[in-house]
Amino acid sequence: MSHVLALGNVACVRGGRLLFEGLSLTLAPGEAALARGPNGAGKSSLLRLAAGLLMPAAGNVERADAALADEHLALDERQRLGDALAFWARDSKAGLAAMGLEKLAEVPVRMLSTGQRKRAALARVVASGAPLWLLDEPANGLDADGLARLEAAMAAHRAAGGAILAASHQPLVLDRAQIVTLG
Amino acid sequence: MIALILRELRLAATGGAAVLPLIFFLLVATLFPFAVGPDGPLLARTGGGALWMAALLAALLPVDRLVEPDRAAGVLDQLFLKGVSEEAIAFAKLAGHWLSFGPPLMLAAIPAAALMKLPPDVPTRLEIGLLIGTPGLAALTLGVGALTAGLRRGGALAGLLMLPLAVPLLIFGAGFVERGNEGGALQLLGAVSLLLVAGAPFAAGAAIRAGRD
Repeated sequence: MSHVLALGNVACVRGGRLLFEGLSLTLAPGEAALARGPNGAGKSSLLRLAAGLLMPAAGNVERADAALADEHLALDERQRLGDALAFWARDSKAGLAAMGLEKLAEVPVRMLSTGQRKRAALARVVASGAPLWLLDEPANGLDADGLARLEAAMAAHRAAGGAILAASHQPLVLDRAQIVTLG
Repeated sequence: MIALILRELRLAATGGAAVLPLIFFLLVATLFPFAVGPDGPLLARTGGGALWMAALLAALLPVDRLVEPDRAAGVLDQLFLKGVSEEAIAFAKLAGHWLSFGPPLMLAAIPAAALMKLPPDVPTRLEIGLLIGTPGLAALTLGVGALTAGLRRGGALAGLLMLPLAVPLLIFGAGFVERGNEGGALQLLGAVSLLLVAGAPFAAGAAIRAGRD
């Protein structure tokens, strides 16, 4: 497959309301796209649609393997962070290192702060090894160091031939990113 | 798949969730003689059915922790992205749930049978019935848990949905405990249980998929 993600003329309907239609987007290896729009414009729905978790009302979605970081952490609260990440990815150490979480590997997930939880969700994506990253508000709750690590990880992922679709209100450095405006 | 089953077992063990139905089962077995009175023959006659009733209610307890926490935490979404089918998730949950529920319940049935003053050959039949019937109970719990995941106060609705569906298990399970029903009841219990176990992963898988919106 020449592209990592291809959305062709997709429409999204949630709760009987049309969020967007006729949206087309292709991401080749190394490319990135940033979805923008007011609250409720359908940014998260776009990501879930790209992931295959929502069916488009019209159009078609093709994608390579994807990793999603949204507001759900999906790590077992009682487990230590390192073990919880290892359930999802064989190379969880790389994810922990990329997001600066090595020192927290022994800490149970339920003890993590908001920013640390966000870092953990991103670490899961980094460790997944999937070519397509779907990031929903990845910068929310991150401090300056976390943001720098996120941007470095995204740059490294694109340099290695991965693609990124992100939705964010925060200023996020994504070089040469396509801008998808919703709403 | 093995990792998923192990995860279910770990969740059941660490959450204390595996112990709760057992304590409940033993508690009912303890309370029943108080309610009926210390009449040995009467207890022996009704005890088997009462224990089946207790097993059914104990099976209902974990219904809201089987699927809903994983849905709320996004685990089901992430498994989908990993390419694990909903049916495989449901099967792993069924296997993990039965392993943490069936054998411990059969162990707890031994003291419970003593509390009921069951005659010597009856506990054996109770154990055989539980061995065959608890997978069906686990399958029902899983199916109803998946159907009600994401609903507010799904627990109460789950009880209303599940208890009528469990009637065949109860009839044939309790029927087999009674003397003179050795043949037919066990085979019918097996048939019902098999049907539930075979159908539950597909029903629960479809419910998980439908609940994703």
